[in-house]
Amino acid sequence: MNFNATLIGQSITFVFFVWFCMKFVWPPIMNALEARKKQIADGLAAADRGKHELELAAKAAADNMRDAKSQAAEVLAQAEKRAAQIVEDAKNAAKAEGERQLAAAQANIEQEANRAREGLREQVAALAVAGAERILRREVNAQSHADLLNQLKAEL
Amino acid sequence: MAEAHTSGEYIKHHLQNLTFGQHPDGTWGVAHSVEEAKAMGFWAINVDSMLFSIGLGVLFLFLFRLAAKRASVGVPGGWQNFVEWIVEFIDDSVRGSFSHRNAMVAPLALTVFVWIFLLNLMDLLPVDWLPWIATLAGVPYFKIVPTTDPNVTFALALSVFFLVLYYSVKMKGPGGFFAELAFQPFQSKNALLKLVFMPVNLLLEGVSLIAKPVSLALRLFGNMYAGEMIFILIALMFGGGVLLGVFGGVLQWAWAVFHILIITLQAFIFMTLTIVYLDMAHSEHH
Repeated sequence: MNFNATLIGQSITFVFFVWFCMKFVWPPIMNALEARKKQIADGLAAADRGKHELELAAKAAADNMRDAKSQAAEVLAQAEKRAAQIVEDAKNAAKAEGERQLAAAQANIEQEANRAREGLREQVAALAVAGAERILRREVNAQSHADLLNQLKAEL
Repeated sequence: MAEAHTSGEYIKHHLQNLTFGQHPDGTWGVAHSVEEAKAMGFWAINVDSMLFSIGLGVLFLFLFRLAAKRASVGVPGGWQNFVEWIVEFIDDSVRGSFSHRNAMVAPLALTVFVWIFLLNLMDLLPVDWLPWIATLAGVPYFKIVPTTDPNVTFALALSVFFLVLYYSVKMKGPGGFFAELAFQPFQSKNALLKLVFMPVNLLLEGVSLIAKPVSLALRLFGNMYAGEMIFILIALMFGGGVLLGVFGGVLQWAWAVFHILIITLQAFIFMTLTIVYLDMAHSEHH
């Protein structure tokens, strides 16, 4: 074993190699490894998040479906109620109209009957006067007897 | 090759670094023996160790830089995937053993692990191949496993040791670091007793502090040197006839397979201890 300047040369070489490795070899490789690790972790996290979001979306969809169904049922019930209402209203209106027309017809009939009765009454009075004329066989003064005849007419 | 030498020369030849420096007579050149290398003193350099360690280090940084540039969030390709696997393995080790925040420790651990692994990996090349080519090219010695050169392992261990000292002082302050060395393991509330214990504590803690880089360097050096030695001894058999040669081939294969475990383990141990020592430097004791 004899030592010489190789010792110093080797030390310098060693220091230089370590410096180079520290500067240009280790950091890029380590960074790449770290970045890859992070990317993988991020990917896994994103997958988890996606799964979670899918679950949420499925749940929201089911909720929406249920809401829509209940809304539709509500609308349907309302429509049915409204239809029944309309039918009922129409029925009532028709009934009222019928009654009104009935009343009018009855009034009309009564009026007709009164008019007929009046006519009959005048004819009976004329017949009575004509009868009296025949009985008296002579013409009485119609004018002097008008009061009497009118009184008779009113009594009939 | 082997026939031209005696066994002893062959082994010596294989354990000799290509040392370049100034001979005692003032000329510059390559040392042709251990003695000549020693005579050059400190200001000589093991050209083969430097060449292979720098070459392999550059290869490591180039290949990893390639992956770093292409690093993206998308699906990684083959090489990319392999690099990320190693980086994550290192990152896990650092997270497991290092409980503080320091952006330097993980890249340091990565460099230590991969670089030492590559340096050790040269051990698996048959011991004669590259030295033989080098001899053809006129280079007398060529030791291709840099971690069998104590200069290399001690350079690594001492660099780690200086980091430990730096962070010990930075995190605990000079006083805190001194207190750690001087007031344990023997503790006392009494100021006088404290003073009495201090030299003993300093001795014990000092030894354990110095033992860290020394053991770190010697463990790696010893394992790789011994492994290389066994390869060389096995390679000696190839000169001993057909039967011994075949037996040597089987042995070499078996030892190489086992050695794959050793080189990985040694690189891992060096990295783990580096992390642990730095963690200790960051932590307040007691």
